Amino acid sequence: MSEQIDALPARQQAAQRGQWRRLPLIDSQRMRWGLAIGAVVYLVLALASVEVDWQRVAEGAGRALNFLGAFMRPDFVSRYDDIVTGLLESLTMTLTSTVLGVLLAIPVGLGAARNISPLPMYFICRAIIAVSRTFQEVIIAILFVVMFGFGPFAGMITLAFATIGFMAKLLAEDVEDLDWRQVEAVRATGASWWQTMNHAIQPQVMPRLIGLSMYRLDINFRESSVIGIVGAGGIGATLNTSLSRYEYDTSAAILLIIIAIVLLCEYSSSHVRRWTQ
Amino acid sequence: MPVSTTPQGLPIWRRRTTRTQWLQYLAWLAGVSLFLLCWKMISDNTMWVFVEDAGRQGADLISRMTPPEWGYASQLWKPMWDTINIATLGTALGIMMAFPVAFLAARNTTPHPLIRSAALVIIVSSRSINSLIWAMLLVTILGPGVLAGIIAIALRSIGFVGKLLYEAIEEIHPTPVEAISATGASHMQVMSYGVLPQVMPAFAGISVYRWDINIRESTVLGLVGAGGIGLQLNASINTLAWDQVSVIFIMIFATVLVSEWVSAKVRHAII
Repeated sequence: MSEQIDALPARQQAAQRGQWRRLPLIDSQRMRWGLAIGAVVYLVLALASVEVDWQRVAEGAGRALNFLGAFMRPDFVSRYDDIVTGLLESLTMTLTSTVLGVLLAIPVGLGAARNISPLPMYFICRAIIAVSRTFQEVIIAILFVVMFGFGPFAGMITLAFATIGFMAKLLAEDVEDLDWRQVEAVRATGASWWQTMNHAIQPQVMPRLIGLSMYRLDINFRESSVIGIVGAGGIGATLNTSLSRYEYDTSAAILLIIIAIVLLCEYSSSHVRRWTQ
Repeated sequence: MPVSTTPQGLPIWRRRTTRTQWLQYLAWLAGVSLFLLCWKMISDNTMWVFVEDAGRQGADLISRMTPPEWGYASQLWKPMWDTINIATLGTALGIMMAFPVAFLAARNTTPHPLIRSAALVIIVSSRSINSLIWAMLLVTILGPGVLAGIIAIALRSIGFVGKLLYEAIEEIHPTPVEAISATGASHMQVMSYGVLPQVMPAFAGISVYRWDINIRESTVLGLVGAGGIGLQLNASINTLAWDQVSVIFIMIFATVLVSEWVSAKVRHAII
């Protein structure tokens, strides 16, 4: 009996003696302690460098209460026109930018899929994706506002640009792990390149592409509500103005509208996704 | 079966039936008209003179941005450290709050359906408001500074981590949970020995992923006064010092690439 126990790994030997412990998340003990000590050192350094003006925070408590109060009675009426204009701008920006972005993302995504595109093409498309994904929408918006002037056009271009990176990356990943046998079968019938794309690749990636486009529509709406801060049109500008005028009830109304629209988008996109799959 | 016949009576394979074909045409028509309508609205609100000028403006911008003023980089280490702190501390705070919320929101671990809907409301409202908007609100409440940025990132992360985590909890295997409750374990013990080990890898992966996104988001929080490198960015843009802006862009690009690499490595090691 004891020989059998000795043959087991140390953990199981201990378990046989009744000293069971759960498996750790990280296997190596050195790694675990290293990570823990590193985390503590970082926390001390980071918290030491954060300067907090507690007096200002205490002053702000009253405003926080004002703000919460404003949420109880949001004011949709007094800035009704501004809200509607901003909202329409945001919505139109969202739709056009998603359509344009997805249309442009399809060639980039196909180019960035290693299994169907030549190497130079692959690198070019991957570079486009990397640049578009690294920068936050607001930063891109700043540049495009300088180039195209204030207004929703700059915002639309910004969102379309951000959409390219997002969609192209996911589309490329999707194409890279598609079922190659179907492509071979279609090729074996003597299909041209376009026919292969249309009958072998497109049907395999289409459901996910539609789902992702709906998801991106949702993200673009959320982003369109902030790029207004740097002058790219949309509801963000209205929100920013109302906050700097301390009209918290109007800001609360705008925030509630944003939440409602996002909820609606999410609900309908989950329906569309279920319907396409 | 979508088949039509030729005048000679031979069947031809078609991809769709006549009905679906027509429905598809109608859907395309509706979609394209909606797009054109939106396009019209945007183009009405656009000063096309400025847009025609875009190429020249872009070239001008590039010529102002190059060469980058490398000397400025020495002043950027502290703001960059602040940015990373905002992202990391914000993520830590966010996941601490998201963890209980996710357990309350998952159908199989929630104590009561009413509590579940309350948790879902928290998740949705946190998700639908961008961290920049959270930062704007918090700057008016707490005053400008890193603290507002940290809390903004944390509030935005609750929704993201909470949603992905509660979906992971709902997908766990029920057998270990049943086995542990069969030993007579209490509710908390079932959570700790049956549910937690199953969702821990997903939780770690989600947190690192969110951290990576937060690094990207925290670079712009300074634009509304919530600390980090965005403050420097805002100052340089306001003074039209585009050669400093390009240094800032390069630093942001490098930081984001590194954080993305780290997060991909960690997620790869976990899953």
